[in-house]
Amino acid sequence: MIEVRNLNKSFGEKHILKDFSFVFEKGKSNLIIGESGTGKSVLIKCMVGLVQPDNGEILYNGEDFVSMDYAAQKNIRQDIGMLFQGSALYDSMTSEENVKFPLSMFTEMSEAEKRDRAQFCLERVNLPQAGKLFPAELSGGMKKRVAIARAIAMKPQYLFCDEPNSGLDPRTSILIDDLIKEITEEYQMTTVVITHDMNSVLEIGDRIAFLHKGKKIWEGTRHEILRADNEELSKFVYATKFLQQFRDRLNA
Amino acid sequence: MNPLSLFRHIGAYWLLMRQVFRKPEKWSIFWRRFFEEVNAIGIGSLGIVAIISIFMGAVITIQSAFGFESPWIPLYAVGVAARDSIILEFSPTIVSLILAGKVGSSIASEIGNMRVTEQIDALEVMGVNSAGFLILPKILASVAIFPFVVTISMFLGHLGGFALGVAAGVVTPYEFVYGIQYDFRPYNVFYALTKTLFFGFIIPSVSAYHGYYTKGGSLEVGQSSTKAVVYSIIVLLLFNFILTQLLLA
Repeated sequence: MIEVRNLNKSFGEKHILKDFSFVFEKGKSNLIIGESGTGKSVLIKCMVGLVQPDNGEILYNGEDFVSMDYAAQKNIRQDIGMLFQGSALYDSMTSEENVKFPLSMFTEMSEAEKRDRAQFCLERVNLPQAGKLFPAELSGGMKKRVAIARAIAMKPQYLFCDEPNSGLDPRTSILIDDLIKEITEEYQMTTVVITHDMNSVLEIGDRIAFLHKGKKIWEGTRHEILRADNEELSKFVYATKFLQQFRDRLNA
Repeated sequence: MNPLSLFRHIGAYWLLMRQVFRKPEKWSIFWRRFFEEVNAIGIGSLGIVAIISIFMGAVITIQSAFGFESPWIPLYAVGVAARDSIILEFSPTIVSLILAGKVGSSIASEIGNMRVTEQIDALEVMGVNSAGFLILPKILASVAIFPFVVTISMFLGHLGGFALGVAAGVVTPYEFVYGIQYDFRPYNVFYALTKTLFFGFIIPSVSAYHGYYTKGGSLEVGQSSTKAVVYSIIVLLLFNFILTQLLLA
């Protein structure tokens, strides 16, 4: 479980995150949603230690990540898997080497054990034949899946996904969503997903926080979001004509 | 660049170097990366260094012969002048300037590209000290291999001066060989290789600094690469002056 308490972050005069608090539950897909520029990426970067918040607490199983020293933060980070928006695979390595990389850095596994684990992870994301391919030879969806395989190689307790569906076609997006949901339940991870894709919200949103201008103004589940009584959230949820028609029919 | 910005860059550079010189996460991976960099930076540069050294050695010899067209100056002075030019300045400094272009731009664009595609963030999130992992092997490999590259350049410079100088008819083999041995001072080689060690540190560290702090996209990666070469050359020339003053004056 991750608990964020009263997190604030400013860049110069610009107050990006305003007193954000939320509990990210274990074994669930916890979604941060909101329009572009509302501070979602800054929040996730604060949570994984890429950006230092101005104040507030980020508790990983009760331990405050913000006030930890570098060595303690490193220990927590080895329990974190992250799927970046652009996949962030290492260009100079094959898919298998990408997945093996954290194992080589932080474990004493033999080469055969690492190869087996990498193959297992690639099979888990339905890419058993992609091990020898370089990132440049993979499609966008395949890159995301290899990145998920790399993220789960160390059997992390926490999985962070920064806009996992960006740049993907609808079918591949659903595939990635399903994969995130499955591995979250399978490994009982605390999964944090940033998205503004309503399909993802309705597919995997076990717990959802809605950010507006850096402030959390609503939280709930995917079952509650369609009937939520919040003007800003409604504008976000029913942004497409299709969903507006759906709402009208729901109300009727 | 205004003075305030200069101080900001110097401060950020030293903070980065502090991060770079931390104990590596895993020595076996560090050594593997070190030897890969030795191969990329050192062995990969030998071709261009060889070509430039041979022809520059020849040009220095011919220019020296052209300048010494006097019956009062013995012909072996051509060998003396070529030797001193090659050992004192051409091989350590000019070859390092060329390597600043080749190696510096490659380091800055590699690291800059990793920055803008979030590969560095991915390393950090895993708990890897990205600066140490990416930059330390490059700096140490460069410091270790530059003196060898420069030594090879010195040898090839003399060889080029001898072969092409003789072929051009500006010097006889005997006079050239006598000249390069005449009043030879081993300290000059020590001075040249000491400079090279500093240059071996400056080029990858300044270039990596520009790559590591790249912000934006592919356009900015290109700009970082250009800045890396320009600032590496400026710092290199500054240290060339300081070290020459300290070691030869």
